[in-house]
Amino acid sequence: MNGILPLRLEDVSFAAGGRTLIERVSLTLEPGSSTIVLGANGAGKSVLMRLMHGLLAPSSGRVAWSTQGPRRRQAMVFQRPVMLRRSALANVLYALDAAGVPAEQQARLAREALEEVGLTHLAGRPARVLSGGEQQRLALARAWALHPEVLFLDEPTANLDPGATREIEAVIKAFDVSGTKIVMSTHSLGQARRLGDEVIFLHQGRVVERAPIERFFPQPASPEAAAFVKGELPWA
Amino acid sequence: MLEAILGGLRLVATLDLRLWEIVALSLAVSLSAVALATLLGLPLGAAIAVGRFPGRQAAIVVLNALMGLPPVVVGLFIYLLLSRAGPLGELGLLFTPSAMVIAQTVLVLPIIAALARQAVEDAWREYEEQLRSLGVDGLRGALTVLWDIRFSLLTAVLAGLGRASAEVGAVMIVGGNIDGVTRVMTTTIALETSKGDLPLALGLGIVLIAIVLALNAGAHLVKQAAERRYG
Repeated sequence: MNGILPLRLEDVSFAAGGRTLIERVSLTLEPGSSTIVLGANGAGKSVLMRLMHGLLAPSSGRVAWSTQGPRRRQAMVFQRPVMLRRSALANVLYALDAAGVPAEQQARLAREALEEVGLTHLAGRPARVLSGGEQQRLALARAWALHPEVLFLDEPTANLDPGATREIEAVIKAFDVSGTKIVMSTHSLGQARRLGDEVIFLHQGRVVERAPIERFFPQPASPEAAAFVKGELPWA
Repeated sequence: MLEAILGGLRLVATLDLRLWEIVALSLAVSLSAVALATLLGLPLGAAIAVGRFPGRQAAIVVLNALMGLPPVVVGLFIYLLLSRAGPLGELGLLFTPSAMVIAQTVLVLPIIAALARQAVEDAWREYEEQLRSLGVDGLRGALTVLWDIRFSLLTAVLAGLGRASAEVGAVMIVGGNIDGVTRVMTTTIALETSKGDLPLALGLGIVLIAIVLALNAGAHLVKQAAERRYG
């Protein structure tokens, strides 16, 4: 099976409402390592993820996958997942159906996905009445069922308490172990360290630094990243 | 006055046959029209909400404006269409309940479509990114949202039903208010009032209000139950 990775961004800019939100970003995402997109609020993390995922079209430049695989080879989990007014299981089945998965495989894949995120016992519950953490795990199940090659996560735990955050992180780890490339934005440095292999640091719409996790935190190379790390960890 | 009210209540209470025939025809006409308008109006509203096509803004303005169509004008147009010399005269529908259903459908369709357009558009803002991420676009997205907010859309359907059951002008013109054939609650009330038969007019008025209240209460309960069930 030919992979859709690497993903290449060539000189990608994105402007909206007269403001440039992403400015001339060029980077390549290889399979394997988990990539964390870091940056302050408004640095352009969400916009960059949406450009990669294809929800936004760049104003200039090019976003190119190595092969134009089917849509379900990549999935995205948002900060606030949107669930349809139907059962948890039906939400996963909907995603499988939308991805064109043959009907006879849907039930098995959906069951496995719910099991993976620990929601089997809530499969019949209406998705919208689940707690925030459960809904986010359901969003992960929806992605898991598709077995994507790349999973984008846009601050998936920003609205969640520590317990729910731990559960979400465990599932993200499982994606990583199963071979899915993780691309996640966060502004929790702890989470970046727990889940990431490398950091892409954004500042005012530009990539100012890209480095392995173990190098980035002790010795950020750019003054912006240094200030960000210091600001987030004032005691360090 | 009091006598007339008591007379009206007596007609209702004694299940006066003439009164109930009129009520039944009214319900049949208005419910059919609303059912047709719902079938056409929900997809139309959803398509305008989700679609991106030239003239979309103009379509929204026209649709909203059509909500205020005067019933007598609609009645007149349908009358001209269905009259013997008109383009659809061959069908022989003028002065039949079918003509009344057509007129009320035309009247109610813009209301349901315009309110559905607004509701779907609001919901689409919430759903669009997620659905596009799942590879769902256009028509399928519109249908998904329509189904997901179906209980909120009850309000649009009720607004249409309110319009249909309350109007006089259109059914009067295309139905002709023929006794025993096309006489409905509103046209009878208008006629009997002018003739001075206040008890029948009042009895029908009471029934009309009771029906509208009951339908709205029912819809409200369904909506509440759905919200508890589905969130």
